Amino acid sequence: MGQLAMENIPRSYLRYTRRKIFIIYLLVLLTALLGIYAINAGSAELSPAQVLLTLLGKAEGRLNIIIWNIRLPRILAAVTAGIGLSVAGCVMQNLLRNPLASPFTLGISQGAAFGAAVAIIALGAGSTHSTSADAVIINNPYLVTISAFVGAMATTLVVLFLAQVRGVTPEAMVLAGVALGSLFSAATIILQFFASDVQVASIVFWTFGDIGRASWRDLEIMAAVTGAALLYFMVNRWNYNALDGGEETAKGLGVDVERIRLTGMFVASLVTAVTVSFLGIIGFIGLVGPHMMRRVLGGDHRFLIPASSVMGGLLLLASDTLARTIVSPVVLPVGAITSFMGAPLFLYLLSRGYGKR
Amino acid sequence: MILSVDGVEFSYNSRPVLRDIKFEVNRGEFFAILGNNGAGKSTLLKCLNTILKPQTGTILIEKENLFVLSRREVARRLGYVAQRYESTRFTVFDAVLLGRKPHIKWGTTARDLEIVRNVLGILGLDEFSLRYLDELSGGELQKVVIARALAQEPRVLLLDEPTSNLDLKNQFEVLKTVKRAVREQNIAAVVVMHDLNLALRFADKFLLLKNRTIFACGGMEVMTPENIAGVYGVPVAVERLANIPVIVPL
Repeated sequence: MGQLAMENIPRSYLRYTRRKIFIIYLLVLLTALLGIYAINAGSAELSPAQVLLTLLGKAEGRLNIIIWNIRLPRILAAVTAGIGLSVAGCVMQNLLRNPLASPFTLGISQGAAFGAAVAIIALGAGSTHSTSADAVIINNPYLVTISAFVGAMATTLVVLFLAQVRGVTPEAMVLAGVALGSLFSAATIILQFFASDVQVASIVFWTFGDIGRASWRDLEIMAAVTGAALLYFMVNRWNYNALDGGEETAKGLGVDVERIRLTGMFVASLVTAVTVSFLGIIGFIGLVGPHMMRRVLGGDHRFLIPASSVMGGLLLLASDTLARTIVSPVVLPVGAITSFMGAPLFLYLLSRGYGKR
Repeated sequence: MILSVDGVEFSYNSRPVLRDIKFEVNRGEFFAILGNNGAGKSTLLKCLNTILKPQTGTILIEKENLFVLSRREVARRLGYVAQRYESTRFTVFDAVLLGRKPHIKWGTTARDLEIVRNVLGILGLDEFSLRYLDELSGGELQKVVIARALAQEPRVLLLDEPTSNLDLKNQFEVLKTVKRAVREQNIAAVVVMHDLNLALRFADKFLLLKNRTIFACGGMEVMTPENIAGVYGVPVAVERLANIPVIVPL
C-alpha cells in the first residue's frame, strides 16, 4: 500500500479495523492464559511454574504424564471443538439467513451423535464398557467420523430442503431442528438399549458431551478437519458478506449463492460431525460465540469468522474448566454448563425478535 | 451503444412472463422501465443481470454476450440494486466496500479503499462511514446500496425502484446522484420506476411494458397521453408546469 494512497483513506476507518484485529488478538491471549490456568487447575496440585517447565520439556515423570497425557489433550480438545462448533454456527447463521441456526439448534449435532453411535455399537468401530471413565472406547475413529458425518448430512439436507420452501420462518426452522434432534436422540438411546454393555454413563456421554475423552489421535483428526474448514470459510468470507445483504444482492455481486450455500453447509456439517463423534453433543457454543462477536465487532466476516472461532474456543475451555473445578473432584458434563450459558441467550434472541441482528 | 437486448423471452415454469423484448441503451443514458404492477419490470431487470436466465434471446454488453460470462464477470460490468435489501450490522464503509467484491482476489487494496472513499463522497455519506446500517434511515440506506453498486465500477447500473421508500427530498437526491454518475462516468442506468413524473424529470429514454411485452420505447416522444393511457388504463394529460413536463391523471 503506497504512502500516498494511505493518506486518502479515512484514518478513522483504519483505526476501526485495527481495533477489531486488536480484540481478536486479545481473545487469543485470554485463551492462552486460561489454558495455562486450566492445566494448573485440578486435583493434582500443580503450580504455574511447574506447568511452564513441563511444557518446555524440563520436568520429571509424574508431572509429564499428568500434563502431557491428561490435561493438555483435554485443553486443546476444548479449544479445537469450541472453534469448530462456533465457526460452524457462524457460517450456518449466514447461509440460512437465520440468526437462530447452529449445529445444536438445527439438530445436526444430534444427527451426528446418532451416526457415531451406529458406527460404535452396530458397526463395531468401538466398544462400550461398564466403568464410567471408559464408557465408550473408539477403536476406528475414521469409521465413527464418517458415520457421524452421514448422520449430520442427513439432517443438513432436511434443513436445506426446508430452507428452500417458501415462507419457512427462522423459528419454524428451529422447531424442525428440535423435532429432528429429538428423533435422533431417541434413536441413539434405543440403539444403546440393545447394545451389549448398556451404561447410563455412555448415554450421558452422547447427550451432554465430555471433553476428557479426547486422545492425541482424536485431537489430530479434529484439528486437521477444523483447520481445513476454517481456511475454507475464510476463503469465502466475501461471499458470506455479500449474502448478508440478501440473496439477490449477493447474486448481483457475482456470488453463486446455491453453490456457496451447499458447500458451506457441507463443510459446517463435517466439522460438527468430527467434534460430536469424539466428544458427544455440546450445545449452544455455535450460537453464543458468533452472537457475542457480532455484537462487539459487527457482521463483517473478515473479522467475524476468526473472532467467532477464538471466542468459541475460549467459551468451551472456560466451560470445561468450570465443569472440572466447580464441584471438584466431580467432573460435570460440559454440555450442561454450555446449556446454562446458551439457553438464556437463545430465549433472549427469540423475545427480542430474531429479525434484528 | 452499451447494452443491446434482442428477442428476450422468459417464462417461470412455462408461464410466460416476458416475450419479444428488444431495445438498446446508449452511454450516458438514464433509461426508465415503466409499466403496471406485474407487467414484468423487475423480471426484465433480473434477466439483464442474469439472476434469471431468459429461455431465448441475446443480451450484449459492450458487444460481449452476457450469457457466456461468469457470474463474477457479469458483476464487474453490471451493478444491481435489488428492490429489497437487508440492513445488517455492517458499517457504511464496509457495506460499500462489498461493492468491490467482484474485483477483489484475496484482500482489499489501497485502490479499493480509495474508490469507496470517493463514492461515499459523491453520495454525501462521508460522515456516516462508520455508522452501522441498522442505525440508518431509509433514505440513507438507499444511498448506501446505490453507493455499493457504483463502487462496483459497472458499465451499466440496474436499479429496481430506487425511490419507492423515500421522501420527496431523498427521491430527488438519489435520482440526481444517479443521473450525475451516469453523465460523469459515461455509463448507463436502467431504472425500474413507478412514479411517472420522476421518470419524466430524470430519464432520457422510456420503455413502456404492457402484458409482458414492449408497448412503446423511445425518448420524450413516446410519453404521449395515448401511450400512457394505453399502458396504465387511466386517461391522463401531459402538461408543462414551469416548463417541466408533468403527467396528471384525469
